[in-house]
Parts: sequence; structure tokens; C-alpha cells
Amino acid sequence: MSNMLEVADLGHTYGDYEAIGGLTFDVRAGELVCVVGPSGCGKSTLLRTISGLIKPTRGDVRLNGSHLAVVFQDYQRSLFPWLTVQGNVEFPLRSLPRAERRKRAAEALEWVGLTAAARKRPWQLSGGMQQRVAIARALAFRPALLLMDEPFASVDAQTRFELEDLLLRVRREHDTTVLVVTHDIDESVYLGDRILVLSSSPARLVANLEVPLPAERDQVTTRTADGFVALRSKVARLLNVGKPSMDVEKWAAAERESLSETVSSS
Amino acid sequence: MNKFLQRWAVFAGLVAVWEALGLLADDPFFPPPSEIAVAAWEWWVLEPENLTDHVLPSIGRLLAAWAIASVIGVALGLLLGRSDRAMEYANPLLVFLRSIPPPALVPVFLLLFKVGTSMQVATIVFGVIWPVLLNSVDGARSVDVTKVDTSAVFQIRRAQWVFGVVLPAASPKIFAGLRVSLSLSLVLMVISELVAADNGIGWQLMQAQRDFDYTRMWAGVVLLGVLGYGLNTALLAVERRALAWQPRSRDEQHA
Amino acid sequence: MFGELVTQLSSPTFFRHVVATVLALLIAIGIAIAIAVPSGLVLGSLPAVRHATRAVIEFLRPIPSVALIPLALVMLGFGPETKITLAVYAALWPILFNTIYALDELDPLQVETARTFGLGRVGILFRVALPNALPFVLTGIRLAATTALIVMVSVEIMASSQTGLGFFIMEARSGPGRMDQVLVGTVVAGVIGLLLNNGLEQVRRRWVAW
Repeated sequence: MSNMLEVADLGHTYGDYEAIGGLTFDVRAGELVCVVGPSGCGKSTLLRTISGLIKPTRGDVRLNGSHLAVVFQDYQRSLFPWLTVQGNVEFPLRSLPRAERRKRAAEALEWVGLTAAARKRPWQLSGGMQQRVAIARALAFRPALLLMDEPFASVDAQTRFELEDLLLRVRREHDTTVLVVTHDIDESVYLGDRILVLSSSPARLVANLEVPLPAERDQVTTRTADGFVALRSKVARLLNVGKPSMDVEKWAAAERESLSETVSSS
Repeated sequence: MNKFLQRWAVFAGLVAVWEALGLLADDPFFPPPSEIAVAAWEWWVLEPENLTDHVLPSIGRLLAAWAIASVIGVALGLLLGRSDRAMEYANPLLVFLRSIPPPALVPVFLLLFKVGTSMQVATIVFGVIWPVLLNSVDGARSVDVTKVDTSAVFQIRRAQWVFGVVLPAASPKIFAGLRVSLSLSLVLMVISELVAADNGIGWQLMQAQRDFDYTRMWAGVVLLGVLGYGLNTALLAVERRALAWQPRSRDEQHA
Repeated sequence: MFGELVTQLSSPTFFRHVVATVLALLIAIGIAIAIAVPSGLVLGSLPAVRHATRAVIEFLRPIPSVALIPLALVMLGFGPETKITLAVYAALWPILFNTIYALDELDPLQVETARTFGLGRVGILFRVALPNALPFVLTGIRLAATTALIVMVSVEIMASSQTGLGFFIMEARSGPGRMDQVLVGTVVAGVIGLLLNNGLEQVRRRWVAW
């Protein structure tokens, strides 16, 4: 199987604060990989370097394809309120002919079950629906890699389960390669084919775990399966859950910096 | 409907009181509304050349100058707003230029241009460009980080970035600036015509003053009030349509 | 032009012109505040009055104050009262509307809280609504100051009162046609505007620190 994403010795430093310290991993075609780490371990920086929003201070990110798409945590800010749902999905497709654009948008909206809402404005929809729009937009772009930044952290628990299952279904049906960055251990085990566990500041790879669960997953049975429980405990131990381990101040400063440092398209 | 009636009843009442007082007092300074209306009718309707030679040129200059100022102001504002370096250089100059009271510029432009349309248009443009410019700068800077990131990730073209992201994101602020500059345009139009012109509404006002014709002066004031009200209402209607996408809640607007 | 600036700044005549404008301006702003803030409080807290007067206000507001210049000149003469009256008229609106708007923005929860503590209508107005409205009112005053300066200079340019910065500018133009003096007057007018704006912004920051 070929690699869609190859990350080699990726490191990023803000001033004298090292956010990521030499990460090396691959994502194979069609695979769903979850990156999980303690809050403030530099996941955000990792995502921004992979997506090309900031240039890493060292190392290499190689994407096997022309472009990737990102689904951000904050759907309210990531969707454009002046465009309809359909307009939002067509947003990355402006260089295509109109008919093609329409077709792809309609298709993507159907995948996420939002065909009926195409003419609405994003803010007329619930949070979960809005995040579906963002997912449809990313899928319509036909990315080599779908990058998701805490995609379900801002919705309620019920919606979260729905969206997780939606993601699993869509990526199975369309053979999408996905990299999900999350701080939620359960989510990473439930979604992933493989889990990359990171340590906190600087982020280093602690473990690279295959998920020993069948491809078909179910919110009730999977979450109670022995394999699920065992892996969850293992990841939790690796993350040192319950022990104070990180410098909150330092992390907050770095996070602020990472937000101001942007390869803006202006 | 009840409120509507109530509102206009008070208005009509005040006009009636003025009418009665005007008739009773018979003060040349305060002619009753009926006389003002008659004067306006005679002035602009019975003598249509007053309309075509004075009122329309005034409105034409006003709209032309406002349009020029708006286009330049928005274009320049978006450019400055998205470029930190340019803003660093331009900011001190902007802060100073916008604080100059526009009427003080009338004499400057009088010396630079001959009395006439170009001088008036230049005065208005220079006077009203600042609200548009500064609001466009603010608007362009207010594009939130996630939208900037989203646009970068999807590798959109420059034209889509400018017209599809920055311009709409800035549009609520831009419209606020456009409204301020429109009413300022009216003010500057009047001043430039009062000081130096050979036609226009302001010039007619000066003529009426020279003739001590108070009724016509009041008629001119009312005409300018109606003009200001009409222009503002028209712009508000456009704004409401253009910004119809805004969420009902005010959160996004204020963010 | 810088040479002329230095010359004028040290000239007592020029100084008198500047003082005349600034003084008239401050008086006008004071009167406008005294009228507009109470009216705004009344209109903002009594919706019935507000609806009833709405048509009148909407008719008066768009009348550009400069359109009243010719009329005011003949009625009030060429003294400072003309420019003060017109500047007051122009400065009223921003303060009035900001005060009304501020009362609209009042958090109903705060009113409820005050009511549970037994405050009456007047108590709420002065102890809750007014402090809350203060930042908006100060913003209104800042806008009004700029507008009043604009009107002040225009009236002076229209050859009133023989004093004031606008008069100086116009005299420099129509007499000797001295571009340098015109520019000096314009720049000084700008500086007054700038100082006023920044000063009021400072006041707002210091007083309204919450």
C-alpha cells in the first residue's frame, strides 16, 4: 500500500520554545489515523505544519497528491455566513466549470445527508449540521488527505456519536485517507485504524498502535468490546492521565503564538 | 399600524402648531409651513429650469463624488487592512488626514482648482473618503483567523480571496462607513456651493439670503432635509439586501 | 509652509482666532450634552414617547446643519451665537442616538436584578442604566465633537463673526491668496480635531475602565 502522507523528522520551534520535536510517521492510502495527545502537546502546531499554514523549522512533510482539506474545530468561524450551504461546499471549487461544481457539491451534500438544506445559510443549522457542511466541503475538494482538527469537540455528546459514525461511513464508501487530531482517547480508539500517541511539549511520538477492531464499528458494541477497553486503558496510561505533567503557562503562550503566525494568503 | 398613526399624528400636530403660530405671529423669519410649501412649488415645479439647472447638478455632483470616494476608499482600505507593512507606514498619515475638518479643505481646493464642478467634486471626495477608508481597513482586519486558514488550505485564487472572503467579511463595516460618508457628502456639497459656485442648491440658498427671501430659504432647508432622508433611506434599503446573509443574532456582527 | 506655521503660531492674532474657535466649540459641545443626554434618557426609557416623536426626529436629523447657515446668519447675526447654535444642532444627534442606543443595549437581567433589590424606575435609570450607558454616551460625544468642529469651521468660513480659524483661512485665501497661510490654518484645524478626539478617547478609557 502506498503512503499518502510522509512526515519525516518534523520539528517546530517558537523562539526558544520547542512545540514539536522531531516527528516521523506515515499515513497509508485509505487509512484513518488518529493523533492523540494531552491538551497542549503541540497538536495544533502539528496540524498547521502538515496543512502548510506554517512552515516547520525543520523536517519534511510530503503529501502524495496535489492538495489536502482541513475540517476545523470551530465550524462557526470556518463556514462563510454570507454563502449558502451549497455555496460553502462550492467554495474550494471556484476554478471548476459551473456544472461540475454543482454536481460535486450536490454529491458531497448527499453523502452527509444535507441535500435538503442546500439553500439554507449555515447559521440556520444546528452545530452538528454545520460541521457536516464543513465535512461536505472538504470531501467535495477531493483531497489526497482529509485533516481534521478536533472536529467533534464543539458538539454535544449525542451529535458527536452521529458525526463519528458519519465519518466512518463516508470514508469507507469513498476510500478517503483521514488524519484526525484529537485529545479524546475514546474517540481516537473508536475512529482509528491506527493511533499515534504524542507526549507533551515538545510533542514526540510515544507509541504507534494498530487498533485491533473490525472495520465495522458500532457505538454500543464496539465501545464495550474487550479490545476497545484494553486499548483505551493503554493509551490513557501512555498519556499519563491524572498526573500533572505539563507547563500550562508555556503552552498557552505557544498556542497564542501559533495562532498569530500564519502563512496568510493575502 | 397604530404606532404609525401615532407617530404621524404627533408630526402633523407639530406642523399644525407651527402653521397656527406662524399665521398668528406673522414673523418674516418663521413663515408658516403652507407658505414654505407654496414657495417650494413655485420655485422648483412651476420653474422647472430651477430644478434642472440647480437641483439636479447638485445631486449629480454629490453622487459622483460619493461614488468615487467609495470606490477608492474601499479598494485602498482593503489593501491596507490586509497588509501590516503598508498599514505601519500609512497609519500616522491616515490618523492626521481624517482629523482635518473637511470644510477647512474648501479654501485649499479653491486655490488649487477653479470654481466649478471639479473643485466641488474634489472637496467632497477628499472630505468623505476617510470614513469609508477607515471602516474598510477595520473590516478587512476583522477577517477571523479560521477563515484565513480555511482560504489558505483550499488554495483559492487571489480574486476569490479578495471578492469572496475579504470583501463580504468587511461589508458590514464598509456599509457603516458608506452611510457616514453619504451624509457628509451632502454637508460638503452644500458648503462648497455656499462658498463658491454659480449653480446648485447651496447657491440658490445664498441667492435667497441676498434677497432676504426667508420663505425660500426655509424651502431650501426642507429640500435638503428631504434629500438627506431620501438618500439615507435608499442606502439603507441597499444595505439591507446586501447584508441579508447576516445572522439574526448580533453576535457575529460584533465579533 | 513650516516657516509660516512657526510665524503664525507665535502671532497673537492667529492665537486669538484659534482660541475663538476652540472656546465656541467647547461651549457648543457643553450645551449639546446638556440637551441631548437628558432627552436621550427620556426617549430611551419611555418607548411611547420615542415612537410618538420618531417621525419628527427622522425629519429633523437629515437636515444638514450647514443648510441652516444662510438662515441663521440673517436671523442670529454675525456674532458667535450663530456658529454655536449651528454646532449645537449638529452635535445633538450623535449624542442623542448613542444615549438611546445605550439604553436599548441594557441587559434585562441587570434590570431584573436591580428590581429584586427594590429599586424603582428612577433608581434603575440612575443607578443601573446611566452607568451602563456612559461608554456609549462618551462615544457619542466624541463623534459630536468632530461634527461640531466641522460645522464651526464652515460657519466661520461663511464669513461670520470676524474671528475664528475658518475666518483666518478664508481671509488668507480671498485677500492675498496665500496658500501657505491657508494650509497652516487647515493643519491647525486638523490638530484641534485630533486633540479633541484623542482627549475624549482618553477620558473614556480612564473613566470607563470596566
